[in-house]
Amino acid sequence: MHKVQNNRAWWLILPMLLLVAFSAIIPLMTVVNYSVQDVFDANTRYFTGTEWFREMLNDPDLHAAVLRQFAFSLTVLAIEVPLGIGIALLMPKKGWQASAVLILVTMPLLIPWNVVGSIWQIFTRGDIGLMGWSLRELGYEYNITASPVDAWLTIVLMDVWHWTPLIALLCYSGLRSIPDAYYQAARIDRASRWAVFRFIQLPKLTNVLVIGILLRFMHSFMIYAEPFVLTGGGPGSSTTFLSQSLTTMAIGQQDLGPSAAFSLIYFLIILLVSWVFYTAIMNMQKDNKKQGEA
Amino acid sequence: MTDSIPATPEAVRKSAAAADARRRRKARPASRQWRRRGLMAAYIVFVLLPIYWLLNMSFQSNTEILGGLTLWPETFTLEHYAKIFTEPNWYMGYVNSITYVLMNMAITIVVALPAAYAFSRYHFIGDKHLFFWLLTNLMAPPAVFLLPYFQLYYTVGLFDTHIAVALAHCLFNIPLAVWILEGFMSGVPKEIDETAFIDGYSFPKFFVKIFIPMISSGIGVTLFFLFMFSWVELLLASTLTATNAQPIASVMTQTKGASGIDWGTLAAAGALTILPGIVVVYFVRHHIAKGFALGRT
Repeated sequence: MHKVQNNRAWWLILPMLLLVAFSAIIPLMTVVNYSVQDVFDANTRYFTGTEWFREMLNDPDLHAAVLRQFAFSLTVLAIEVPLGIGIALLMPKKGWQASAVLILVTMPLLIPWNVVGSIWQIFTRGDIGLMGWSLRELGYEYNITASPVDAWLTIVLMDVWHWTPLIALLCYSGLRSIPDAYYQAARIDRASRWAVFRFIQLPKLTNVLVIGILLRFMHSFMIYAEPFVLTGGGPGSSTTFLSQSLTTMAIGQQDLGPSAAFSLIYFLIILLVSWVFYTAIMNMQKDNKKQGEA
Repeated sequence: MTDSIPATPEAVRKSAAAADARRRRKARPASRQWRRRGLMAAYIVFVLLPIYWLLNMSFQSNTEILGGLTLWPETFTLEHYAKIFTEPNWYMGYVNSITYVLMNMAITIVVALPAAYAFSRYHFIGDKHLFFWLLTNLMAPPAVFLLPYFQLYYTVGLFDTHIAVALAHCLFNIPLAVWILEGFMSGVPKEIDETAFIDGYSFPKFFVKIFIPMISSGIGVTLFFLFMFSWVELLLASTLTATNAQPIASVMTQTKGASGIDWGTLAAAGALTILPGIVVVYFVRHHIAKGFALGRT
């Protein structure tokens, strides 16, 4: 669409801007403020410059948490994206079955995050949980409070359960927007199932998939409530992700300076990765427009 | 197999029909159809199994839960649900959660609609930077804002009120709403605006009377997403409240008593948090697919 240059549009933005500024800029400035000071109490504080940042960047615990976080985010993306595409291809397209499947698939997305943790806590306990109990009956010593491998696998499984629907629904909507004529043309050409997927469905999906991957990356990178309820970050610190290390430091130990510096580094990492995705989305929209005009 | 080129029209028709039948058999044999359904059913079972277990627990007495594993409630009881519906601090948890979610939806949609219109229709100084800045708020981890929020709302005297949580959730809900609405609005041809202005509509009248009805499904979908993200977020909600506006999530932590966890009540409370979501998703089921693509398919 051709847009008109009009700076009065700022008036339409203003109410939103004020509101977001209140809940984003003021708190962010507080964080910046803390990150360069050493606060003893309300009246005694020292300017420390970049000391907290240097301390945080050299903190081995933090390095471990960042690595764990990336490992987790990449693992869940690697599982959820192909699985989500597969489910989207399987979902019925019309009739009552389509509505029913749609509602059932969406369900995990609408459960409060800490309740997701509780559900899986109940489900995986060795004594009273269906999954934990079954695995033990089958002879596997399943124990998420003692074995880091079990804890890690359970959290990945929980995240797959919780968030694959998002990818599936995005792809489903992408698939729905393909005109029937494309499939008819493919049938005339006697295209194989794989060729239909590769040359008709997948190109249509790239758009929604980039949005999906962006949203999934962002959310998996801030995961907090689910592992907190399920494993509490343990055993040891094997499932302590960035948000949890941060809250422990800020609220638990009241280390304002270091945790503020940590916050800013954390935010910058997310911002950097998301900026790459965002640029990709914007370029894709530009390409689409060019194709539309040609 | 069909190397010889059919000569008569009759033969052409016949060979085409044969090829068509062959293709249909090849493309959709019954067994493959059933395999599709089987795989889909397997996934649905995976989705439902943990929820079934939650429901199963919520109808059992605590002695039965701890006594041994039973696949369905042998002594069916509603005691946990009765407890939630009769004890004020329990049911007020739900009321509080729904209150701040509704407040957030109202505030967000009112400020997001004009902003999204501006982004979809006009170029103005700094528009691209502003849009990206908005999205960065969607990416901000709530944990980063935890402490500053606590201090900010405490200072302005809003701590432990519903409006504090509603405002805090604006942080990620407003950018999301602007993003989704902008997608839907860009699908409306600009000629409609221009015609309305030529016909003498003022901007507010045009916006409310013509434009908003045209994107009503987009607004519905946006409201669904606002509901969803405000309803599931609990880290900020429980940090900004103490007793008066306590969300259900904080109330649920009370099930951890001195004598262990009250599993039955925890399960019942969890089961009840799923209900509002199902009700809401039912209303938007026809538009939800498009909404998940943020209006951009």
